[in-house]
Amino acid sequence: MQEAHPNLPEFQYIKPKTLAEASEFLAAHGDEARPLLGGTDIFVRLRDGIWKDRYLVDVKGLDGTSNIAFDPSVGLVIGAAVTMNQVATFSAVKEHYPALGEAANQVAGYQLRNRATVVGNICNASPAGDTIGACILLKGSLNVHGTEGTRQEPLETFFKGPGKSALKAGDVVTSLHLPIPQKGTVGKYLKLGRNKASDLSIIGLTVVGFPDADTSSGYRMKLALASVAPIPLVVDEVEQILSDEVITEESIAKAAQAAMDACTPIDDVRASARYRKAMVKNLSQKALTEIWEKLEGKSK
Amino acid sequence: MTDHKITITVNGEIERLRVGSNLTLLKMLREELALTGTKNGCSAGECGACTVMMNGEPVNSCMVLAVECDGAEIVTVEGLADKDALAPVQEAFTHPGAVQCGFCTPGFLISSKALLERNPDPSEEEIREALVGNLCRCTGYTKIVEAVQEAAKMS
Ligand SMILES: Cc1cc2nc3c(=O)[nH]c(=O)nc-3n(C[C@H](O)[C@H](O)[C@H](O)COP(=O)(O)OP(=O)(O)OC[C@H]3O[C@@H](n4cnc5c(N)ncnc54)[C@H](O)[C@@H]3O)c2cc1C
Ligand code: FES
Ligand code: FES
Repeated sequence: MQEAHPNLPEFQYIKPKTLAEASEFLAAHGDEARPLLGGTDIFVRLRDGIWKDRYLVDVKGLDGTSNIAFDPSVGLVIGAAVTMNQVATFSAVKEHYPALGEAANQVAGYQLRNRATVVGNICNASPAGDTIGACILLKGSLNVHGTEGTRQEPLETFFKGPGKSALKAGDVVTSLHLPIPQKGTVGKYLKLGRNKASDLSIIGLTVVGFPDADTSSGYRMKLALASVAPIPLVVDEVEQILSDEVITEESIAKAAQAAMDACTPIDDVRASARYRKAMVKNLSQKALTEIWEKLEGKSK
Repeated sequence: MTDHKITITVNGEIERLRVGSNLTLLKMLREELALTGTKNGCSAGECGACTVMMNGEPVNSCMVLAVECDGAEIVTVEGLADKDALAPVQEAFTHPGAVQCGFCTPGFLISSKALLERNPDPSEEEIREALVGNLCRCTGYTKIVEAVQEAAKMS
């Protein structure tokens, strides 16, 4: 039995006043410092002794990190310090980015979602992160402040491996930007976990779809998977099949099979690889069917 | 380790404290302010026994640093009653079976109060959903859900 770890190890809490100060400090302390948002990943890893940071640099409250705003010409900007609950209850998220709202709402329990952030979920770069699939499929990019100024990191190319991303020492993500979705976009997040409160997904499945006159099927549907590969996985074959072929139960079954074939899950404490693969197929079929029905106006 | 000076309102009282960087809100409440109603179940954000209100919203106090609470307003289970008059949620939890060993109760009371503040008339499903982050090893939850339903009727 693993012991509970009531005490956090020693570290120094740093509260910089500006982004420049934060980036400078983080760059100067390389491996020994990391940015802090909700701390819900950080404190667990510090307590377990997996991370040994000497400095936590609180970036909540720095320029551009605190607000969530929707502008019909720009899209959605979610400040780094905006919590899962703030995202899930924001009306423009419910209306225009439902896959993200559903995913944010399925992270842990209510009180943890008052601390956990979407940007923290992304920066943590866990293949299990619930909100990551929606952010990738909705063409999200991060606004990053580094020692050499600001830049944007598209999420499509952001993830490099478990816990590894395109971020460098000195980088502070200030916000996440999601452009205006295609007209008529619908979305769904399905999560399979052992229990709801405190568990990472066994698999997590995001589907986004919209009408598209340029495809043979008249629709474009995209699917991303969590917890089945070293990084969040977008299954391009699903989009291909359901663009090129008329959407029927058969083509959806074929796409679900493609999702299953694309994933490379591992056996771990939460589930076996075989079970994960089988569930990817089942849940893909379920979610794609539901999205198709929504697009056809058969359900709402 | 560097100490930080913080000012924090706990159950309506202003407290000025010097806290180390790694002191959690949970430890500060229990060990510096002797408010032991808030419990330490897992220190990992999983059980909800440490739930308190921070600026009007419930949080896991084991996952918040004391220094992050500078300027914040905290309400613990000790702050729910109005002098001797129990809050409706507390009254309702006296309902037979909702409290058994009682270890989880302070956290459930805070989460339930927060739920009723944002949704005064929750469905059973909404109650269960709001309490997902609070674990109880004794009751099987049915009696707790009933207590919250009763509290909703009382307030
Ligand atoms: C009990 C429990 C249950 C959980 N359940 C789930 C779940 O169901 N689904 C899920 O996906 N996750 C879950 N998690 C994990 C965690 O809550 C999420 O990943 C959360 O979104 C992390 O956000 P945070 O703000 O707490 O990040 P933090 O812990 O503050 O940071 C996470 C990582 O990102 C880095 N970082 C933070 N901010 C920045 C920044 N601005 N710029 C650059 N890097 C930054 C940090 O240095 C750190 O490496 C759970 C955690 C716990 C403790
Ligand atoms: S002690 Fe904080 S959630 Fe268990
Ligand atoms: S009453 Fe014993 S843990 Fe809930």
